[in-house]
Amino acid sequence: MKRLLAFIQKEFYHVFRDRRTLLILFGLPVAQIVLFGFALSSEVKNIGIAIQDNSHDIHTEKMIQKIQSSSYFHVENPILNYNDIENRFKDGSIKCAVIFPSNFGSDIQRLGGAKIQVIADASDPNTATIVTNYLNAIIRDYQQELNPSAKLNYQIIPELRQLYNEQQNGSLNFIPGVIALIFMIVSTALTSVSVVREKELGTMEILLVSPFKPIMVLIAKAIPFLVLSIINFIIIIFLSVYLLDVEIKGSFLLLFAESILFIITCLSLGLLISNVTNSQQTAMLISMMGMMVPTLILTGFMFPIENMPWIFQAISHVIPSHYYYIIVKAVMLKGLGFSYIWKETLILAVMTVLLLTISLKKFKIRLS
Amino acid sequence: MKVLRFILQKEFRQIFRDKTILAMMFFVPTIQLIILPLAANFEVKSVNIVYVDHDHSSYSEKLINKIGSSGYFHIVGAPASYLEGMKFIETGDADLILEIPSGFERNLVREGSQKVNIAADAINGTKSNIGNAYLNVVLADFSNDLDIRFKLPPQSASVSPSLITLNSTNWYNPRAEYKYYMVPGILVLLLTLIGGFITALNIVKEKEIGTIEQINVTPIQKWQFILGKLIPFWIVGMIVFTVGLIVIYLIYGIFPQGSFLVLYLFAGVYLTALLGLGLLISTFADTQLQAMFIAFFFMMIFMLMSGFFTSTDSMPNWARTISEFTPVTHFIKVVRLIVLKGSGLQEVGRELLYLIIFAVVLNSLAIYNYRKTS
Repeated sequence: MKRLLAFIQKEFYHVFRDRRTLLILFGLPVAQIVLFGFALSSEVKNIGIAIQDNSHDIHTEKMIQKIQSSSYFHVENPILNYNDIENRFKDGSIKCAVIFPSNFGSDIQRLGGAKIQVIADASDPNTATIVTNYLNAIIRDYQQELNPSAKLNYQIIPELRQLYNEQQNGSLNFIPGVIALIFMIVSTALTSVSVVREKELGTMEILLVSPFKPIMVLIAKAIPFLVLSIINFIIIIFLSVYLLDVEIKGSFLLLFAESILFIITCLSLGLLISNVTNSQQTAMLISMMGMMVPTLILTGFMFPIENMPWIFQAISHVIPSHYYYIIVKAVMLKGLGFSYIWKETLILAVMTVLLLTISLKKFKIRLS
Repeated sequence: MKVLRFILQKEFRQIFRDKTILAMMFFVPTIQLIILPLAANFEVKSVNIVYVDHDHSSYSEKLINKIGSSGYFHIVGAPASYLEGMKFIETGDADLILEIPSGFERNLVREGSQKVNIAADAINGTKSNIGNAYLNVVLADFSNDLDIRFKLPPQSASVSPSLITLNSTNWYNPRAEYKYYMVPGILVLLLTLIGGFITALNIVKEKEIGTIEQINVTPIQKWQFILGKLIPFWIVGMIVFTVGLIVIYLIYGIFPQGSFLVLYLFAGVYLTALLGLGLLISTFADTQLQAMFIAFFFMMIFMLMSGFFTSTDSMPNWARTISEFTPVTHFIKVVRLIVLKGSGLQEVGRELLYLIIFAVVLNSLAIYNYRKTS
């Protein structure tokens, strides 16, 4: 036991001696959570739109005013001609063009109906759909104003309650996701170089002839990183609460315990990578390049997993951050207790044990 | 010139000797490019809903049938109470609860109006908004149907046709398929990852192993050294880009609408800028781990703020400014414009200017800073 402590102490020295790495390690998550907490949102605002009004009557003017006053749109200079639309789509300055035909107003009065032409740049289908929906809503609104007597005989009035997010905070969904992503990458990458560095520098041989059991070596390697990650966790939570105004609705202790579990899972994954690679460069490329994009996409906070082809749904089930994201969402944002997340917890625990066992096996092979 | 040729020879040998790195540079991006677009889809196809029916009438039944057959919703349960319905929301199995109060049918027939309660899990704003909008459409449709079926006196006929109709046309991507938007973006991202990470690691590795000392004592000029590091990875990057274009054509049928010359011009300048950044990071860091983390920091910002996932238009102003200062933002924009819309040099010339500035500044800094540390 004493020897293990001494060994852990040595590893601590190693980690804490490197001030610059520490600075980066703590600085990055802070910068990221602040940046993304404020900047990311699934809302779509300020969409560039250009209007061609060939009618210039009271109806078109009122509608244009409505479009202008909406925060969804940013109305650019009027369209000159058909070619102008294409040019401006091509330089990316507008996403949508609205054309009122020349006899729009008189058509409403005389024929009782008129048409508006909307051309959306669907190279970005998400924005195109949203733009069309917004425009539809604005026009429906205007129509109601025009003809308030045309009320329906039957009416179902929906009363909406926004659960968990009354203020419609657009970044709420991203915060648990970014937390999961940062831990996943930072913790995994940190440990992924730990063992392989000793291999590269040749100090591995010394470890191998020492009286330590492989498991001790792994534990000693992982503990300083665990401590670092816990400090990181506290900083991140602190920022989320005090800077981004995300209230922790559930138990902090539960969140803390689950986070430690997740960090250990990531550290185990890092150890495994470290054990199967032969150079720091490879280890880092695997843990960063190989895992960053898939983790980002398959954690579930960017893209809805239930829409994906089954194969991705299957892959998302082996990505630890997927479960941690569910846990953070449940505890932090929904205020739920352990009984709701025991399944995810169990899966993370099993993953951890599995990863550690495989690391140990691989480590032993290198011993012989 | 001769010196440069020797350095290049050495660098190329190093790259091709390490088979793992080579594989990482070519296979990982290719595979990710093939599979990731299938997963990156914002489209909300179906919203999970549970209903609590306190009325148990023929109207409420009809309404529920209508919701189920609307194609927007997937009914996952019919709990007996709101509290039980909340369980579905808590576990994430449902996104919406529709609560139909008792007396629904009676009030609707007698008074013509009735409230229903909708509760939405609003953590994911997009989903709850879309779900709510769909549900409103179904509810409006349902009451319209009632109108037509039960009260069709002649005067109501003037109510139904809408005054103003919206004719919408989708350009460039008529079926509004997400992959056309995502695939060029992912290609850029992968190129960025390779360019950024691998060069960032490169000089640091020489520092850690100590071989940089040997280079420092030779009469190589600093700019020759940087150029020697830059060119091989630039060539590798251009090959990866080409492979990527072939992959997106073969797998996704996406063929650039615009000119290849313009596309490659941008790719070349962009890679130069990016490699400059990698080299700059490399001159700052002492260890590979440091280099990796700094690179990671920039890559995360690049990825999340470049407009790849969320539109830069909807960011707050300060965030948009940061976004303008990352080369990726400009390159993603341009690749999407050229590949999907066939934009030419005159439309995207300004972006080229930005990228050239990035390339010059980053590489100058790398040369300058390398001189200082050696």
